[in-house]
Amino acid sequence: MAQADAVHSDVNAAHQASPGPHHGADGGHPASSDSVLVVNELRKYFPVLRGFFRRQVGEVKAVDDVSFHVARGETLALVGESGCGKTTTGRCVMRAIEPSGGSVLFRKRDGEEIEITALTKSDLRSVQQHMGMIFQDPFSSLNPRLTVLEIIGEPFVTRKLIGSRRELEERVAQLLRSVRLDPTYMRRYPHAFSGGQRQRIAIARALALDPDFVVADEPVSALDVSVQAQILSLLKELQTELHLTYLFITHNLSVVEYLSDRVSVMYVGQIVELGRTDSIFRRPRHPYTEALLSAVPVVETGKADRRRERIILEGDVADPSNVPSGCTFHPRCPYVQDICRVEEPRLVDLAGANGSQPHFVRCHFAEELDLQGVRS
Amino acid sequence: MTQAPLLLSVDNLATHFFSQEGILEAVDGVSFDIHAGEALGIAGESGCGKSVTAQSILRIVPGNGKIVMGEISLFKNGESVDLVQLDDRGQEIRQIRGGEIAMVFQEPMAAFSMVYTIGNQITEVIRLHQDCSQSEARERAIEMLGRVGMPKPEQTIDAYPFALSGGMRQRAMIAMALSCHPALLIADEPTTAVDVTIQAQVLELMKDLQRDMGMALIVITHDLAVISELCNRVMIMYLGKDVESAPADVIFREPKHPYTVGLLRSVPELGEGHSQELDPITGSVPSPYRRPAGCPFHPRCPEFIPDVCDVHLPPQVELAGGHRVRCHLYVQD
Repeated sequence: MAQADAVHSDVNAAHQASPGPHHGADGGHPASSDSVLVVNELRKYFPVLRGFFRRQVGEVKAVDDVSFHVARGETLALVGESGCGKTTTGRCVMRAIEPSGGSVLFRKRDGEEIEITALTKSDLRSVQQHMGMIFQDPFSSLNPRLTVLEIIGEPFVTRKLIGSRRELEERVAQLLRSVRLDPTYMRRYPHAFSGGQRQRIAIARALALDPDFVVADEPVSALDVSVQAQILSLLKELQTELHLTYLFITHNLSVVEYLSDRVSVMYVGQIVELGRTDSIFRRPRHPYTEALLSAVPVVETGKADRRRERIILEGDVADPSNVPSGCTFHPRCPYVQDICRVEEPRLVDLAGANGSQPHFVRCHFAEELDLQGVRS
Repeated sequence: MTQAPLLLSVDNLATHFFSQEGILEAVDGVSFDIHAGEALGIAGESGCGKSVTAQSILRIVPGNGKIVMGEISLFKNGESVDLVQLDDRGQEIRQIRGGEIAMVFQEPMAAFSMVYTIGNQITEVIRLHQDCSQSEARERAIEMLGRVGMPKPEQTIDAYPFALSGGMRQRAMIAMALSCHPALLIADEPTTAVDVTIQAQVLELMKDLQRDMGMALIVITHDLAVISELCNRVMIMYLGKDVESAPADVIFREPKHPYTVGLLRSVPELGEGHSQELDPITGSVPSPYRRPAGCPFHPRCPEFIPDVCDVHLPPQVELAGGHRVRCHLYVQD
């Protein structure tokens, strides 16, 4: 851990430079001292094993040099297509899987800073109670053999936080009410509930230990359309009531726009664009973001003329075990130039020049391109 | 569109499943017409019967399901065949499946066998329906793969399905479905399992193919935006009933049924910003075994009329411009 200090000072350097003006403009939060989470140069490489002796023949760079921070009370969305590393990032942040490198700094409500990546397993458990996690599929994330009371009460029991059974039932009833479920259902098993109700149970469990910070990984993707909206509104309400900070992982850009303050667009393990959701959606600066936004089909309600020119990207998402040279997006990029095939672009803050909110882009031509967003 | 000849007419179709838990009325009295070259979208949430409707047309309703009522008339060369009357394992329906009517599925891995190359499987379909030699069939398969935008079709034809990426597999499946130039293509959630940028590719491809080949299309999906992209007519289903059907531009502008209104309002819309209000439908779809009496939507309906909606099944009301809705609000008496 000799590098810990060096990495740490890097974090501060990187983030004092960037979020300063952003928070100034965004309701006057003091700069990085109000970040719940500061992720710096996070990496996760999975080995590729072949043959009888399971020799390592390569590696999949699932997450490659990802840095961001999440301010207290905000929602940061990680968006991208399958294989872009958004879920792996979410899991590394909680150390549900071990990152290969980089640092994750978590700041508790009382200001105490914890370097999550440096913790031992037992210390990790005490920090994880400040973090909740909601998964995509409420049919597999709830143990079918446990009642709702046991599922939601489990964190209290395993951490010996509650003395009597009565107290436990009261806490669970309170949690069920907070996710708008009838507390009398607590003795039922998950199969008795619909998908939306199960997701509410999963949310109640994630909130059981009163976390500051919640990682939600595609929490509505497996639900019926009419139920998705209920869960989205619930998450928004809970955020206000409980002062939650969300790291919201999704592939759905409409959900990103509805729920998030800032968005980080990922492509093959890297952040290609990061900034305020409204400004990125109005005027994206990375060709991949532009293509993603234009690819979303919209219902033509006739309310406004939303006909946009659709950009159809050719080919598939690059294989993270065999990343293209230069810019990883260059084989699909409609604006590709010679330099893109050779030189890897750096993540640059475009706001630096005019002093507005930070807007990071990983593209050689971010300044020159005039890209199209979803709102005029 | 109405000038084009009628291709398929589904009249009062009911498909029920019989199991120990009781009778599941998956499709219950659904009617619609498709004209040649038309694109119909069938939308609804899980359990609404949209997939079973498609399975009924092709007579591939699984195990304990049975068409208990209705007619499905397929028109070809001026004659009509009632598909319900055919033997579901007979020669006639087999000629129609893959010949007149083809289908693509959500999960392309399920449509292909893993142990044959895609070329083997596509040529098999061609030779089953058309009288041609192995080499002719192979040529047609290569042509079709090229048509769906498969790079290097001469080589990919000998690839195994698992060696292709998701988007390429989707294209191969579409190529297989279209290899015999069907008059009607049924696409069941064609883009649900693929990424956004691939979805855009597939939607564009289907639009082009439909226009160029002049075939009719039924798109089954829960995503109204996909229907808005592809279809000129929409039918909304809820618990086995066709609650509303209308031309696409009408239904998205002026939805009549409270369920359609709710569906449209519960999806956040791109371009509407952070402050848009969602207006979710309360509750969730009940178990199809316990379908509510009267209008199946009444327990969730904001316009619920006591002693009417929970007692009587609303009749289908015909509004102007081919707009049909099954709701008591529009019954005139």
